Amino acid sequence: MQKYSIFNLIKNAFSNHENWDLAWKDPTPKKEYDVVIIGGGGHGLATAYYLAKEHNITNVAIIEKGWIGGGNVGRNTTIIRSNYMHDDNALFSEFGMDLWRRMSQDLNYNVMFSPRGIINLAHSDAQMNTYARRGNSMRLNGIDAELLSREQVKEIIPMADFSENVRFPIFGGLMQPSAGTARHDAVAWGYARQADSMGVDIIQNCEVTGFDVSGGKIEGVRTSRGDIKVKKIGLCVAGSTNVLADKLNMTLPVETHLLQACVSEPVKPVLDRVVTFGAGHFYISQSDKGEMVMGGDLDGYNSYAQRGNLPTLQHVLTEGIAMMPFLSKLKMLRTWGGIMDMSMDGSPIIDKTHIEGLYLNCGWCYGGFKATPASGWTFAHTIAQNKVHKLNAGYSLSRFNTGHLLDEKGLGTKTWIS
Amino acid sequence: MLHIKCPHCGMRSQNEFSYGGDATVKRPELNKEISDQDWDNFVYNRKSLRGKHLELWQHLSGCRQWIKVERDTVTHEIFKTMKANEDVS
Repeated sequence: MQKYSIFNLIKNAFSNHENWDLAWKDPTPKKEYDVVIIGGGGHGLATAYYLAKEHNITNVAIIEKGWIGGGNVGRNTTIIRSNYMHDDNALFSEFGMDLWRRMSQDLNYNVMFSPRGIINLAHSDAQMNTYARRGNSMRLNGIDAELLSREQVKEIIPMADFSENVRFPIFGGLMQPSAGTARHDAVAWGYARQADSMGVDIIQNCEVTGFDVSGGKIEGVRTSRGDIKVKKIGLCVAGSTNVLADKLNMTLPVETHLLQACVSEPVKPVLDRVVTFGAGHFYISQSDKGEMVMGGDLDGYNSYAQRGNLPTLQHVLTEGIAMMPFLSKLKMLRTWGGIMDMSMDGSPIIDKTHIEGLYLNCGWCYGGFKATPASGWTFAHTIAQNKVHKLNAGYSLSRFNTGHLLDEKGLGTKTWIS
Repeated sequence: MLHIKCPHCGMRSQNEFSYGGDATVKRPELNKEISDQDWDNFVYNRKSLRGKHLELWQHLSGCRQWIKVERDTVTHEIFKTMKANEDVS
C-alpha cells in the first residue's frame, strides 16, 4: 500500500496526482471466508480492521448493500466524547478516546480529530447538581471533567443567550475538555483502506438475502452476489438490524427510528467547542468549513426513510435559537436523516447470540459515531475469541431479560420516545 | 408533515399527535403465570417492521383518544386509521 506522506504528495504532484493507488479494491466475493461482517459502515470497517490487525484474521469480507460509509457514519454530527456516568459506558468510551487520539497515525489517514471539548449546559440548580455528580463519576474513571460556573461558560461561549429573563437561563455547565469532533468520512475511508491492505475484501452493492443456519450454527450467508460459506458472521447494520434479525427469526430489543441533522451556511469562526442544550435535545458545533452543525431529537415514530420531516427540525432549531439567538440569522444549507437502531435502555449491544457463530453489534442510538473504534475493537475481540471482552461485558443482549439494564439517563425503558 | 385522519375528528397534522409505538404488542394476562421471556417480549422486544406497520398514536392536542394507524415505515404512507378497539379487517 502506498503510504500517505508529504513526500508522496510532492512526488505525485509531478504527475498531476493521476497515479495514486486506489484506496481499496473492488473484489468479487469468494466462495468461502473465515469471517463475514455485514455492514460496511464505520463499525463494520473498524471491526474488519481490528480482526486483521489485533487477531491476524484476514480472510474476511465486509458485505455492504450500498456503498461504504453511505449510512450513519456519513450522516452524523461527528461528536466524540466519553462523558458517561456509568462504569460500563465510561470505560468503554474512554478506551475509544485513546484509539481516537492515535487514529490518524494508526491508519495513516488524517481523520482530523479535533479535541475541542464538549460543554453540556445546565439550566437549573438541580441540573448543576446532576452534572457535578456525573463529573465526579467521570473523574473517578480517569476521564477529564470540569464543572463550569455561569461566568466561566460565558467566557467560553459568549454568543449563547446570557440575558436574565430567558425561559432557560444558563446556570453553568459540565465540560469534557478532551472530547471533540473528527472528519466522519475519513474515519470510514481510513479503516477501509487499511483493512483492504491487510487482505479484507470490501464488497459493495451486495445485499444479504438470507442466512444458512443448521443445528443452531451459522453455515453461510446468501447474498445478491452469490452464496458464501462462513462459520462466523458479525452483524453490524445499525438501522437495518431488525430487518436482518427477522431473517434469522430473532426479535430484538431494538427499534429503528429516524434522526435528522443539519448544517447552516458557512460563517466565520464563532464556536470552537461542541455545546449541548440542557433543557431539551440540541447539540451544535462548527465545522472546519464554517458551517454550524446541528442535531437533536428523533422524528419520533418508527422509520426507515433516511429522510426527515419538518416538524422535528423546527422543534430542534427552536431549541437552538433559544440557546444561541444568532442562529436565527443563518440560512440552512443542508438537512439529512439517518436510521438509528434505538435500543430499549439507550445503551448498545455487542454480544454473541443463541446462534453459534452469529455476533451482534447494534443499539447505538444517538452515539454510534464516537463509539466507532472501541466498538470495532471489542466486536473484533468478541468474534475472534468467541467471548466478550470485559469492556463490552455490560453491553450484553441478555441484560433486558435479566433486568441488568444500562440506563445511563435513569429514565427507564424507551427513553427516546417523546 | 404527516397528515393523520383521526377516526373521531378527521384529518389533522402530525403536530397534534403523539406516538405510542407498535400496536400489535399484547400485555400478558395478569392472572396467568408467565415466563421472563414472555415479559421480555412484551416490554422490550420489537419487530420494528420495514414496510406496513400497525401503530398507536394519541390525538393529544385534539380529542385525546388513542387510535391505531397503519403506516408504511419507508414511504410514510398512511393506509388506514381506526379507533383503538378496532382491528384491521
